[in-house]
Amino acid sequence: MSRSSNILSGVQSGLPIALGYFPIAIAFGALAVQAQLSWLEATLMSLIVFAGASQFVGVSMLLAGAGAVQIITATFFLNMRHLIMSLAVNDQMRHFSQGSKNLLSFFITDETFALLTLGAKTPQMEKRTPAYMAGLMVTAYLGWVSGTAVGGLGAGMIPAEITTAMTVGLYGLFIGLLVPPARKSLSFGGIALLSMALNWFLRLILDPGWAIVLATILAASLGIFLIKEQS
Amino acid sequence: MTVLIVILGMAVVTYLPRVLPALFLDRFKFPAWFQKWLQSIPYAALGALIFPGVLLVEKDQPLLGLMGGITAFLLSLLNLHITLVMAGSILVVYLLQLVIF
Repeated sequence: MSRSSNILSGVQSGLPIALGYFPIAIAFGALAVQAQLSWLEATLMSLIVFAGASQFVGVSMLLAGAGAVQIITATFFLNMRHLIMSLAVNDQMRHFSQGSKNLLSFFITDETFALLTLGAKTPQMEKRTPAYMAGLMVTAYLGWVSGTAVGGLGAGMIPAEITTAMTVGLYGLFIGLLVPPARKSLSFGGIALLSMALNWFLRLILDPGWAIVLATILAASLGIFLIKEQS
Repeated sequence: MTVLIVILGMAVVTYLPRVLPALFLDRFKFPAWFQKWLQSIPYAALGALIFPGVLLVEKDQPLLGLMGGITAFLLSLLNLHITLVMAGSILVVYLLQLVIF
């Protein structure tokens, strides 16, 4: 496989994420402009932060009059789950150059992580190349950034029903990626179910962001006992 | 000015946890159990991302997210392409909002 065909194949894989991001980013752009951010600031945030949940929280906190330190701290803790996800993605990038790893790590989101780790139906080698990963991640990124730019121009163009449906669509992405491998392996299915149960319980006593982090760490530990020595 | 500081600060604290594993994962030789733990992360993380989050997409209408989730689950049992699974759940939730909710 040549590099350009790997990029193209990555772009194809990333397209569903980009399409899912686009209308949600429009909603974000519209909200940001309502919160007195300029179009440039809203777009800049998507360009250099690229984290949906954090950006919504950040802008909502600005709207509520929170200070910079409060907002940045909240964002930091909300994103701790990316540390765990980045571990799994970087495990696939061990043979990449340090520069590629540093750059590609910027693009890790819930969705790109999900697709990169569980998206491959067959373990094709192309899926482990920098070109494929870059194609996938940058496509998702462009969906998010361009959506923000559009949303920042004409506030509130997307009906709430669409945003809700697309948000559920991203959950559909997670479910569609998780179910096939979880059906094949009782261990992986069990880990996922345990994590759901743990998260459901932990949310009652913890902040939702931390509940996800802790549920993931704990449920993945079950794998240490369930997974047989890897080939 | 405050907005710019907020954006730059958010960019830094968002990139930090993303890049940390890129910087240290290769420096150490991890034991076999750690590899198994790493392998399990995608399943654990997706489990926690999906539930109960899917019920909370519309805070006062948990059934809406539930129906979307069930649709995605049923479609993925058919081993359809991921785009079709997404499209199916989007369509069901969109139509449900128009018709019922």
